[in-house]
Amino acid sequence: MERRPRSFYVLAAFFALFILFLYGPTITIAILSFQGPQGGLTFPMQGTSLHWFRDLFQEQAVGDIWGSFRRSFALGLMVMVTTVVVSVSGGLAFRKRFAGSAVLFYLIITSLVIPSILVSLGVGLIFSQAGLKVHWASSGFGSQLTWTLPFGLLIMFAVFNRFDKSFEEAARDQGASAWQTIRHVVLPIIAPSLIGVALFGFTLSYDEFARTLLTAGSYNTLPLEIFGMTTNVTTPVIFALGTLTTAFSLVVIGAFLLTVWLMGRRRARQGSDAGKGMV
Amino acid sequence: MTAETDTPTATPGPDAAARAGRRLPAGLVAWFQAAPLALVLGAFLVLPIIMIVIVSFWGATEYSIYPAFQFDNYEFLFSSPVTYKVFVNTFKYALITWAVTLLLGFTVAYFLAFHVRSLTWQIALFLLCTIPFWTSNIIRMISWIPFLGRNGIANSTLISWGVIDEPLEWLLFSDFSVILAFVHLYTLFMVVPIFNTMMRIDRSLIEASYDAGATGWQTLWHVIVPLTKPGIMIGTIFVITLVMGDFITVRFMSGSQSANVGRLISNDIGLLQYPSAAATAVVLLITVLLVIGILLRFVDIRKEL
Repeated sequence: MERRPRSFYVLAAFFALFILFLYGPTITIAILSFQGPQGGLTFPMQGTSLHWFRDLFQEQAVGDIWGSFRRSFALGLMVMVTTVVVSVSGGLAFRKRFAGSAVLFYLIITSLVIPSILVSLGVGLIFSQAGLKVHWASSGFGSQLTWTLPFGLLIMFAVFNRFDKSFEEAARDQGASAWQTIRHVVLPIIAPSLIGVALFGFTLSYDEFARTLLTAGSYNTLPLEIFGMTTNVTTPVIFALGTLTTAFSLVVIGAFLLTVWLMGRRRARQGSDAGKGMV
Repeated sequence: MTAETDTPTATPGPDAAARAGRRLPAGLVAWFQAAPLALVLGAFLVLPIIMIVIVSFWGATEYSIYPAFQFDNYEFLFSSPVTYKVFVNTFKYALITWAVTLLLGFTVAYFLAFHVRSLTWQIALFLLCTIPFWTSNIIRMISWIPFLGRNGIANSTLISWGVIDEPLEWLLFSDFSVILAFVHLYTLFMVVPIFNTMMRIDRSLIEASYDAGATGWQTLWHVIVPLTKPGIMIGTIFVITLVMGDFITVRFMSGSQSANVGRLISNDIGLLQYPSAAATAVVLLITVLLVIGILLRFVDIRKEL
């Protein structure tokens, strides 16, 4: 291998600094969440303890953290499943020509670039004028889909752009019906990408704030609860909560990535050519 | 593939022909497949926008809103000097954040795409850059407090180094911290599309450039940058729209001292002045769509995926 140019080392150092910039603050609050009971929001550490984590489990200290966590988790799963199903279905539709596809495509882009507060405001207004109560599982759920679906669809577009149609033709030639082709040929090939879509669906919903703000109703999701805390909590308990929910996110991300990796290994071992030529 | 074991074996001939005859026309199938998407976007995107446009003409008392068709909200909006100041501020945040994220994002993507040699390392480091995207933005904002605060890490480090004598007041709750947070949150929206485009650049073009006697900088500027433009454009669209539509970062990181259009809207919402919020929202939406419209002239998104 040829010698690395000097620019490599400069850029590598730059990259390392960038990673430090990305993760440094999060690591800082992770450390600070172990502050001693007398400690404040910044260094120095006044001893180390689990005091602030213990606080999280005492409801009166911080409000309804666990209830909001359960809601966020349930909503994340709902949004995840819906995002995967609707994205796959929509992705399949966009492989064919159909009337209105251009309009629908621009709606997807609009959904992505529209300021989130507009979705929040608009959905909130519709529900209030229709005399309906906003609830995280109805209006909140729909509002979050406007954020997760564009990502799901963009991934599906990328996947199907690279999809080798001869697999389907082969299935058709062997007499498979349209549904059989999708079920036994298309879906297995795109499965790893679907895990990716699911990852986006769950995590973007779990952390979504702006689009849920006016649409979650009286029962807060976790990000709303955390934001509420920022205005009146001035102890490291908020760091403890931040550390826990970030750790939870990382576990979820790790589980998804591990699944994709295991799928890839299983495929390589079984010698299937499914998915070859795809990114 | 499981297909080989599960699917019935081929029976070409009349059976297949009959099956083909039973197939629904492709257009109709596509409609069915697109229907769930269209329904969701119709109900939670199109209808809300229509609703906002309608309500922007309504009137409001202190406690309630009532249907009307009046231009008061817009008149007030356009006659108030605050509006112009806030819009200018919004553009200022968007432009500065764009420039910084572009510089950072391009450099990081360039390193990953052209200097990291094995695909495994490229994927691993790329994931390292994207993982924060899947964690909470609010937590990531909060996590700057111990760093930037009056007694925070930045100030105490600078004092111990003797660079400054007194803590800098402008680190937290200032335009500086707002833009820092934006850059922190959104740089990966630049890294991902730029990296994606760079990975598709034919490496022989770069070799050809060197063979023709170009220096590293010349190759970067005349070969790589032009070929990366689509990725840059997509990243630009993300960053600009995210910053222009933001209301929470500005509120939180400026300590409620600065405003952008999103905050103007959320303040009105807080005061239950929905028609006025809706009018501001309409103007913001038009502004954002105009900016996107201009940017989309430079890139065909569907081709770039």
